[in-house]
Amino acid sequence: MSTPFYVSPQQAMADRAEYARKGIARGRSLVVLQFADGIVFVGENPSRALHKFSEIYDRIGFAAAGKYNEYENLRIGGVRYADLRGYTYDRDDVTARGLANVYAQTLGTIFSSAAEKPYEVELVVAEVGETPEGDQIYRLPHDGSIVDEHGSVAVGGNAEQISSYLDQRHQEGMTLAEALKLAVQALSRDTNGSEREIPAERLEVAVLDRTRPQKRKFKRISGRQLSRLLGADAAGGDEEGASEDAE
Amino acid sequence: MDFLSEHQPEILPGNRQLPPTQGVIEAPHGTTIVAVTFPGGVVLAGDRRATMGNVIAQRDIEKVFPADEYSAVGIAGTAGLAVEMVKLFQLELEHFEKVEGAQLSLEGKANRLSTMIRSNLGMAMQGLAVVPLFAGYDVDRDKGRIFSYDVTGGRSEEHNYAATGSGSIFARGAMKKLFREDLSEAEATTLVVQALYDAADDDSATGGPDVARRIYPIITVITDDGFRRLTENEASEIARSILERRLEQPDGPRAALL
Repeated sequence: MSTPFYVSPQQAMADRAEYARKGIARGRSLVVLQFADGIVFVGENPSRALHKFSEIYDRIGFAAAGKYNEYENLRIGGVRYADLRGYTYDRDDVTARGLANVYAQTLGTIFSSAAEKPYEVELVVAEVGETPEGDQIYRLPHDGSIVDEHGSVAVGGNAEQISSYLDQRHQEGMTLAEALKLAVQALSRDTNGSEREIPAERLEVAVLDRTRPQKRKFKRISGRQLSRLLGADAAGGDEEGASEDAE
Repeated sequence: MDFLSEHQPEILPGNRQLPPTQGVIEAPHGTTIVAVTFPGGVVLAGDRRATMGNVIAQRDIEKVFPADEYSAVGIAGTAGLAVEMVKLFQLELEHFEKVEGAQLSLEGKANRLSTMIRSNLGMAMQGLAVVPLFAGYDVDRDKGRIFSYDVTGGRSEEHNYAATGSGSIFARGAMKKLFREDLSEAEATTLVVQALYDAADDDSATGGPDVARRIYPIITVITDDGFRRLTENEASEIARSILERRLEQPDGPRAALL
């Protein structure tokens, strides 16, 4: 009979974290940005059926990088939590903070339980407020911690490089087209610094738009609307250029 | 609902134990709901009165609710239970849509409502019945459709027009004489208010337009653009124009004899 090797708790946790991080890094990155009228989610996703972004409740959206079956599981759990809350109490009693806490608990428990493998996912939970100051964005890494983010956030493989790119360029009060363009630029930078083109068909885009008259503020942007926004971008840039010339 | 019945069965309406009661329980009841289809959509409308025995329990109750983007429910029967049923129905449609990433078909929604009414059968037998009218725009067939129910959850699709509640017999009579295949949206909204006016005329539990208190019927229109509830101004305009004509002709528009 062989005695099991002793592994120090530090080493065990470091190994688990390494395992989760590697899993997340295999997937494509995605970014979440604030703009004047809400929050926009942008990611590269060749699949039309397997979404990375989704609606949780009226003002709350969800984004995930990593393993699909694991974050899909968490997403459905979140929708159930939110719908049950809203039905038992009131629609206003469902908040991103509450949801982020539930996710943190779940991820934390799974991460530190020796019986399960850690989830290879990184989540973003965002809630759009009445004003830009009321917007909330939470990033939830694989180990169950919560990071309160402002302005912009990137998760997934190349997250660090992308978020530093975004931090330098993101401004408050950007229009949707501007924010979208910035997000696509950030995503199309490769690890080695070279740029590649991401066609509109490979982009998954969704917004939480506070100006929407309905209670449910989440909306997917695709097809013609998306190419118009990406195109309008260029036109908007030209106009700005023109007015600068005039001055 | 399946999820709820597994995890928190106590908050589902059908799972409550009822104490034995003598006679009928007094609770506010909603009254008349009418619906009519027109090319391109469907109109669902309801009066504003809730009664408890011979007393008017509420003058401005709202009995027509959006179920989701493309459908609406109007409720007749015990108001408290009906409102809870609609809340649960709305939740279920939204939950399905978010989890599956696609909307239920209109038939699917109508069937789901049928099950929910059936789960209320115990209450119905004690006099607390809920009988809704369900109307929606079928995006697959490009037309407005109406479904009516009985207390046992029996579902039937109605063609052209339908009514439920205590004033429904009078409302149905009015709609039968006024309905045409080629109604416009504006004509269809006028038609439902005419029908509600006739129901209020002959049924004491149905309320007519209350000009003094500015309480007008709730009128909703569902087309391929989705659900829309007419504003108070729009509703008052329709009600007032009908009222004006009725000052000259109290029984409303007359159909040709042959």
